[in-house]
Amino acid sequence: MSDQLSVTVNGLPVTVAPGTTVAVAVVIARQACRISVNREPRGPLCAMGICFECRVAINGQPHQRSCQILCQQGMEIRTNE
Amino acid sequence: MAAASRAAESGVRVGIVDDNTSLGGQIWREGSQDHPNENAVGWTKRLQASGVTTLCGLRIFDQPEKGVLLADAMTDLFELNYKNLVLATGARERFLPFPGWTLPNVMGAGGLQAMVKCGLPVRGKRVVVAGTGPLLLAVAAYLSKRGAEILMICEQASWSSLARFGWSLLGSPGKLKQALHLKNDLHGIPFFANSWPLATHGQRHLETVTISRSGKTETIPCDYLACGFHLVPNSELPLSLGCQTQAGCVVVGDFQETTVSGVFCAGEPTGIGGVESSLVEGQIAGLSAAGRTAEAKQLFGERKKARRFVHLLEQTFQLRPELSKLSSPETLICRCEDVPYSRLRPHGSWREAKLHTRCGMGPCQGRVCGPATHFLFGWNPDSVRPPVFPARVGNLARPSNT
Repeated sequence: MSDQLSVTVNGLPVTVAPGTTVAVAVVIARQACRISVNREPRGPLCAMGICFECRVAINGQPHQRSCQILCQQGMEIRTNE
Repeated sequence: MAAASRAAESGVRVGIVDDNTSLGGQIWREGSQDHPNENAVGWTKRLQASGVTTLCGLRIFDQPEKGVLLADAMTDLFELNYKNLVLATGARERFLPFPGWTLPNVMGAGGLQAMVKCGLPVRGKRVVVAGTGPLLLAVAAYLSKRGAEILMICEQASWSSLARFGWSLLGSPGKLKQALHLKNDLHGIPFFANSWPLATHGQRHLETVTISRSGKTETIPCDYLACGFHLVPNSELPLSLGCQTQAGCVVVGDFQETTVSGVFCAGEPTGIGGVESSLVEGQIAGLSAAGRTAEAKQLFGERKKARRFVHLLEQTFQLRPELSKLSSPETLICRCEDVPYSRLRPHGSWREAKLHTRCGMGPCQGRVCGPATHFLFGWNPDSVRPPVFPARVGNLARPSNT
């Protein structure tokens, strides 16, 4: 479908519809957004920019609140950075 | 949006800032397949027609001097100058800890709904919805319409509280209509009062949830747990500006003015009451900020009626004491810094715990663990200091001649 977007999560290609947030792309890719202080996997909790569990690196910029950022074509998303 | 529209229609220059990618907060956040909400469409049109300047994706983190706000966008710094300010910072879900609440795919109730609105597929996924408040029903209905298999809704309130709530709705035809629609949408989904989560299990993500149901325990395999215990006001920005609060809510006068002159507040931060209350308070705040006190007064009657719902929600969805006993010693209370219950219990106050364990010092700055520790231990966070949200060092160190 021509209106889908392609992004990568930790190098894995993920196809999403426009309007999909980066946090959702990470969950679809079955990746944890981050690893906690005690080495536990974490994913989004609040999905509204409050809890910071969803923070990932987008195109090299770390600590992005991915639940409030829309996927753009070609975005490179890396977790636990 | 209501405040901005009414103020702009009164002839003053208005800007609106929202940290999301579009306006409307959480309640009007739209998924691509959603039918636009009537209210949302109406107010959006009105806002656009009124000439308000819209700034989305900006997060306000500091007021270095009266009348100047600093906001962080992804890489940019914005300086916003104002004469009057209306704060409509909304609410967030209250999360309570229990063993396994930190597993991926355990989310807030509104949290899972927001993820689905933003593209998360749930068709065929098994979901348990738990916690407290009318949000649980709205979320279950929304997810169900998108193909999720809602295994059950677990509401911690008692049947008698819910029955009283139901009776009270009879006085509001609008709310009653909403309730009947919901009942339709939730047809066939098991609903249990006196019910709450005890624990979740799973290796790398959620696999099962154990529920307490009127004294019985049941373990259910599921894909998502949507769990939230009603809402708490986002009062951090008002507090950092010096606004007084009482029981967590921003104190406002008849014209929605806070204890800081020129700063108004409307909606959930003044008391959780839902969209009707927020819309009328927003209008009063916008009109008052624009000096139109006579027009603002005309809305006082409507606001009085809407505010009754605030009190009703508080009473119905009070948290039962059992919920404060769910944590084991190893259960993490502070997710940002991985601080478990056993390390927090010996301390006598939020400040003491923060200094000894770092609880509250992480990125969320107590937004998750603050309401949790308030319920578990009776603690109150002492003060809010800027930056109100984590901000880039480059933006904090803005040159003084900007």
